[in-house]
Amino acid sequence: MGLDIRWPIGLMFSLIGVLLTGYGAMTWSDAALYKRSLDININLIWGVVLLVFGAIMLALAWRGMIREKQQSGPAK
Amino acid sequence: MHTQLGTLDYAVLLIYVGFVIGIGFALTRYIKTSSDFLTSGRSIPAWVTGLAFISANLGALELVGMAASGAKYGIATSHFYWVGAIPAMVFLAVFMMPFYYGSKARSVPEYLKMRFDERVRALNSVSFAVMTLFASGISMNALAKLLHQLLGWNYDASLWICSAVVLLYVLKGGLTSAIYTEVLQFFMIVLGFAPVVYLGLKDVGGWDVLKVKLAGVAANPAAAGMIDKAGKVFPADSWTSAWKPLLGGTATNPMGVDLFAMVFGLGFVLSFGYWCTNFLVVQRAMAAKNMGAARRTPLIAAVPKMIFPALVILPGMIAAALAVTHKDGYRLPPKPLDAAIYQKALPAVKQASASGLQGEAAFQAVNNALGADDAKTYKLNPEKIEAIVADDKNGALSDSVLETRIQDAVGETDYDGVILSLVKRYCPTGLLGLALTGLLASFMSGMAGNVTAFNTIWTYDLYQAYLAPNKTDAHYAWMGRAITVVGIGLSIICAYLVSRWSNAMDIIQLVFGFVNAPLFATFLLGMFWKRTTATGAFLGLLGGTATSALFHALTTTTGNVLGIKGGYLWLCMGKNLADVPQCLRFPSDMAQNFWLASFAFGACLALTLGISLATRRTKTDEELKGLVYSLTPKLRDEGQAWYLKPAVLGVALLVCCVILNIIFF
Repeated sequence: MGLDIRWPIGLMFSLIGVLLTGYGAMTWSDAALYKRSLDININLIWGVVLLVFGAIMLALAWRGMIREKQQSGPAK
Repeated sequence: MHTQLGTLDYAVLLIYVGFVIGIGFALTRYIKTSSDFLTSGRSIPAWVTGLAFISANLGALELVGMAASGAKYGIATSHFYWVGAIPAMVFLAVFMMPFYYGSKARSVPEYLKMRFDERVRALNSVSFAVMTLFASGISMNALAKLLHQLLGWNYDASLWICSAVVLLYVLKGGLTSAIYTEVLQFFMIVLGFAPVVYLGLKDVGGWDVLKVKLAGVAANPAAAGMIDKAGKVFPADSWTSAWKPLLGGTATNPMGVDLFAMVFGLGFVLSFGYWCTNFLVVQRAMAAKNMGAARRTPLIAAVPKMIFPALVILPGMIAAALAVTHKDGYRLPPKPLDAAIYQKALPAVKQASASGLQGEAAFQAVNNALGADDAKTYKLNPEKIEAIVADDKNGALSDSVLETRIQDAVGETDYDGVILSLVKRYCPTGLLGLALTGLLASFMSGMAGNVTAFNTIWTYDLYQAYLAPNKTDAHYAWMGRAITVVGIGLSIICAYLVSRWSNAMDIIQLVFGFVNAPLFATFLLGMFWKRTTATGAFLGLLGGTATSALFHALTTTTGNVLGIKGGYLWLCMGKNLADVPQCLRFPSDMAQNFWLASFAFGACLALTLGISLATRRTKTDEELKGLVYSLTPKLRDEGQAWYLKPAVLGVALLVCCVILNIIFF
């Protein structure tokens, strides 16, 4: 079916990743906020994880698109 | 009381909602025929259908319920995965998928029609359609209640808005949209909950400390707030080994289940009955782009399924460990009180403190005000109530403080609240939004899964088959969309029904149990014994269902009152619990349920066998080609790479599963 689901997944997690990372960086010195997450800046760490995951999905979608073009190219 | 969400939390929630609706809209232009809408036009790659397969199963009730069981029973809960899922998923992929996919049936009931006749199809499709609606209603009710309790959101608004989102993307993109969003939801659930589990485990002090603390729970479950297990002592490894407590017998494991019921009842009858015949999951595999992809679907799904206990059961175990040491004041969440209870309790507390009641008398005054039923349901803690009455002298406490403290005095544990209590404990703004979105995603994937299964069954197996045959495809495509709206409307009605009348849920789940338990016997005989006749299958199914109902009417569990939870036939005959023979009393609901399934399966198998032998075959060998194992040319996998062969993958998965069982033996 026409849409490669890896695009929206990649985009969504990259976006959320950017938000969490950004917020984590902004609240770097906010010890009170991260008391509940055992003094770990979990937003920053997990934001980066989401960002990496999103980027991998986007890269895979990109590779898939290139491959499809190569395959359908000669046929046309 | 309520957890406050920050702007960032709302942003994450909105981004997610935006994306799922966006996927629906992006797919609209590819949806033309009824088959595009209802069966996805068989066009989806295996990894997508595989993750959707597991995501449709991973409804929120699973997420919430498995964490609850993790706290209640410990690692033995993973039997629902390693015994109760993986073998059946492998069996579906290797042996059954060729018939489902190869027969070109569009649904499980349609396969039954091809193999047997219209009677079997009608029976299966009607019961399944009703079941999906209620399943989706029950799950939406749970979601709306949860959002209300946790965030203070309005119940009705939560219910309608979440349903509207699901309606929008299913209506736009049909099954494809449901499957695609299920993949997105899968990642959302995993990535939303993984950090919570990580933080929880770190807080406890790691796996080894967790084991030590859970040994403490086993020695004194009441200390962890499990007052339902008060006074019982279990062997030290009861919460941390999967098989040892089970081998020790029903008295030594917190589940109260024996080995046979676990392996045969759950591992064979219930598990194969669910994974191999439930259209909700099978539909995902049927949407795959070719036979190879269809067969790999359950195998791909089995990989995350195998490691899910770490995500869904471990949090429950962590909660039990935190509760037994009261780490930073943690306790298992108390059963939430509603407004009606506060209306009774608040005046009673005020009056008791005004009239200077103290000690036991103060507690009795408040407890009596609740009425006998509610007092039994909530089990208020006497010392805490006495303290509240003492502190409220001269009306010193405000209503909201009183409410908070009375809620805290509730002794009954709400195991279903365990997962959220951890989310609340560990998530700062940001991560909180992500975890909540994960929870929301699990509810939506469950609802969308049920609705897409329902609209296909209705359109193809009921409407096209019996009500309006021989119409144009455009008509059925229209009907598919119309029934999606109706289906969601009916789910909402079901949600209200269960929320208003709490017995409804017990009864519904009971009846589903009756219908589902014998189902696998019919499929097993139908697919692997060509002599099985339609009459045999039909009467066998009815007989199996009747057997489960009878079994339930005759048996009960220790400590239960006779009635809706079993044994009502004795009640009808004017007997009481003491008159029920010992052999008909089970140590737990779970044991009763597993034995019920075993009996229903046995009855259905025996009846179908007997009646088939006594009746004449109505279908020739030629007609059964592609539907029965012995009459179908074997699929040749030689052309495929070894790592794509279902049999090879299946064996590898089973080996991994055995290894996991050994590690956590």
